[in-house]
Amino acid sequence: MITELGHFALILAFIVAIVQMIVPMIGAHKGWRSWMAVGDTAAVTQFGLLAVSFAALTYAFVVSDFSLNLVFQNSHSSKPMLYKVTGVWGNHEGSMLLWILTLALFGASAAWFGGNLPERLKARVLSVQAAIGVAFLAFILFTSNPFLRLADPPLDGQDLNPLLQDPGLAFHPPFLYLGYVGLSMAFSFAVAALIEGRVDAAWARWVRPWTLAAWLFLTIGIALGSWWAYYELGWGGFWFWDPVENASFMPWLLAAALLHSAIVVEKRETLKSWTILLAILAFGFSLLGTFIVRSGVLTSVHAFANDPERGVFILIILAVFLGGALVLYSLRAGAMESKGAFSTVSRESALVLNNILLAVSAFVVFIGTIWPLIAEVLMGRVLSVGPPFFDAAFTPFFVGLAVILPLGAMLAWKRGNLGRALAQLRYVLLLALAAGALAWALQTGKSALGPVGVMLGVWVVLGAAFDLWSRSGRGAVADRLRRLVRLPRADWGKFIAHAGLGITIFGVAALTAWQVEDIRVAKEGERFDVAGWEIELRGVERVQGPNYVSTQAVMAVWRDGREVTVLRPEKRVYPVAGMPTTEAAIRNGILRDIYLVIGDPQTDGGWAVRTYIKPFANWIWGGAILMALGGLISLSDRRLRVAAGAAKRPRNAVPAE
Amino acid sequence: MRALLLIIALIATPVFAVQPDEVLDDPALELRAREISKGLRCPVCQNESIDESNAPISRDLRILLRERLVEGDSDQEVVDFIVARYGEFVLLKPDTGGANLILWLAAPAMLLVALGIGWGTIRRRGQARGAQPDALSDAEKKRLEEILEP
Repeated sequence: MITELGHFALILAFIVAIVQMIVPMIGAHKGWRSWMAVGDTAAVTQFGLLAVSFAALTYAFVVSDFSLNLVFQNSHSSKPMLYKVTGVWGNHEGSMLLWILTLALFGASAAWFGGNLPERLKARVLSVQAAIGVAFLAFILFTSNPFLRLADPPLDGQDLNPLLQDPGLAFHPPFLYLGYVGLSMAFSFAVAALIEGRVDAAWARWVRPWTLAAWLFLTIGIALGSWWAYYELGWGGFWFWDPVENASFMPWLLAAALLHSAIVVEKRETLKSWTILLAILAFGFSLLGTFIVRSGVLTSVHAFANDPERGVFILIILAVFLGGALVLYSLRAGAMESKGAFSTVSRESALVLNNILLAVSAFVVFIGTIWPLIAEVLMGRVLSVGPPFFDAAFTPFFVGLAVILPLGAMLAWKRGNLGRALAQLRYVLLLALAAGALAWALQTGKSALGPVGVMLGVWVVLGAAFDLWSRSGRGAVADRLRRLVRLPRADWGKFIAHAGLGITIFGVAALTAWQVEDIRVAKEGERFDVAGWEIELRGVERVQGPNYVSTQAVMAVWRDGREVTVLRPEKRVYPVAGMPTTEAAIRNGILRDIYLVIGDPQTDGGWAVRTYIKPFANWIWGGAILMALGGLISLSDRRLRVAAGAAKRPRNAVPAE
Repeated sequence: MRALLLIIALIATPVFAVQPDEVLDDPALELRAREISKGLRCPVCQNESIDESNAPISRDLRILLRERLVEGDSDQEVVDFIVARYGEFVLLKPDTGGANLILWLAAPAMLLVALGIGWGTIRRRGQARGAQPDALSDAEKKRLEEILEP
């Protein structure tokens, strides 16, 4: 009964979305206020209906209703409750429902918080948003209906992929979707602006918070996925340049570019048509990401969710929306007149360079991701593009970004002085060079990766700190500290996010350059040395979990004759799904992680054991958390609050930049 | 319980990449082997190198390339040996031959184009309304003073 209610709500949401797509658009065109107002009501109604539908599906998973095909295929009665709930989106149909729910949430948010938007713009935004909704609701209803019943309900389900039964991955998709789908707002605003033929500072101020929100959710989603890969896959890799990872990384790069170019539109009323194009492309890449994941056209470790026929449907959606928006863009972009002039050396120019580096790096990821497809279709060559290519082709762009970031942030708007910026940053530069030299002197290997990472990390973090400090004006330190606390939150957000980037860059370089690996057969009771740490295999036990059986090793870690910790790496087998997984045991630390993996028993006694010392691993995700936190703080700045912002802005308010 | 153990026995595939018995005694040679195996794709997996992969064929390939190394092959010879048998699909770093040149040159070319367009935009903005923009007008300077004075 509840299932049918959910199914019915889904169909109703489809109809409401069609109304929301048509009526406000006509209203905006004709200037009929009552028709425009339909958009608000419809957006909220659509969200409500989809929430009911999603709740119904969740209920079916919670009570293990195996008469539902989806529940039967992806759940099991003995699964822990957390994973029964997260199993709702651990499959194609459910994850698409979550996708569309998120889309409707953003639409409803525009209705709720868009009180100060011009009526016409809001009506058009909601209409475009609904058009995306209609396309995906049709996709769900006609190709991926989650509410299909089984005629003969089986007694128990087939269980969720054990790799997905993990807290890190359980919450990875919702955050990623909030990010992917959040970019639909930037897209809707861009298309609405093209239809209106007008882009101004106010438009940029409305677009920024949505982009910022989408970007910070994407940051969290990507970081969660990377963290999961680190501890779950058993060798501590954190990024594989897998097509599906790339699918989420490209929108992230473009969203980061969009954030920065929208600032230029808001502050200086220039780079308008570029910003519109970026908004279209960023969401276009989100759709492309959805296509890549859902179609399985580029096979990858995420293959649990693919189906070529569904891929064609998404490809059509992608072609219609991206193609339509680009045609509209080519017709109307000429009308976007830029106002602000700026000289060659200025904050604007620095942000142009930022955009170039981010956009081209996204292009590099794009071409590397689709190249195997192009090569196979056009040239009949079956080849692979893997991490060695991306490492070589992508890294220079982020090195470049890190180098220009502190300088660009110090330049003045309109006309800056590069010499002065360099002079102001001279101590930061010296410290960064010294830190790099120190790292070079301390390390044993010859690779430049570690020292360069240290140098860039120090340069970006201290540069961001210096930028913030220089905003506190002049005078006594106490006065400056007082002013520092009162600086707009956007300034603090900028500092924290930029510092986070520096920390992540450092973490990636340090871990890659300095990790130590040890593979051996360990006998019980025997101690062995790995980079100054002594490891002892005490014993191996069989442990029965709720829905798995585990081989658990008990391993003690010693340092300088003292026992530091006891770790229990596991090898699990999930009998229902028929899959083994490794559960590495990790001792997390600020300076290093100790990462232990237990392997198979050896014929002549002992166990295969892998030990890793992973320096500064947590800095990678720590930096990502800081980036997201910076975005959040910036989002809470009252200038960006969509509802409160513009309406209550004092007339003589001064931009803090 | 016996059924369960049987299931475990049936699906107890090695949950492990490089295994201790594969490791060569000569550390320098082993290091070279690891570097090579990181650049070769497991033929049956989805986007994993043979260094990371748990598949039996990856183990065979790891052992094979170590055998070649022990017999004195150079790194390139080992890679060629495996590519000759499994095709260029196993190369995680595509070569630069033929159309692959496009792949390798796409990034630098795009960067040059973008820099050209960016430079053009910056120049145009600089010349907009004729003269170079002033750093700050007098009125703006005065306003700035007011703000900075607490």
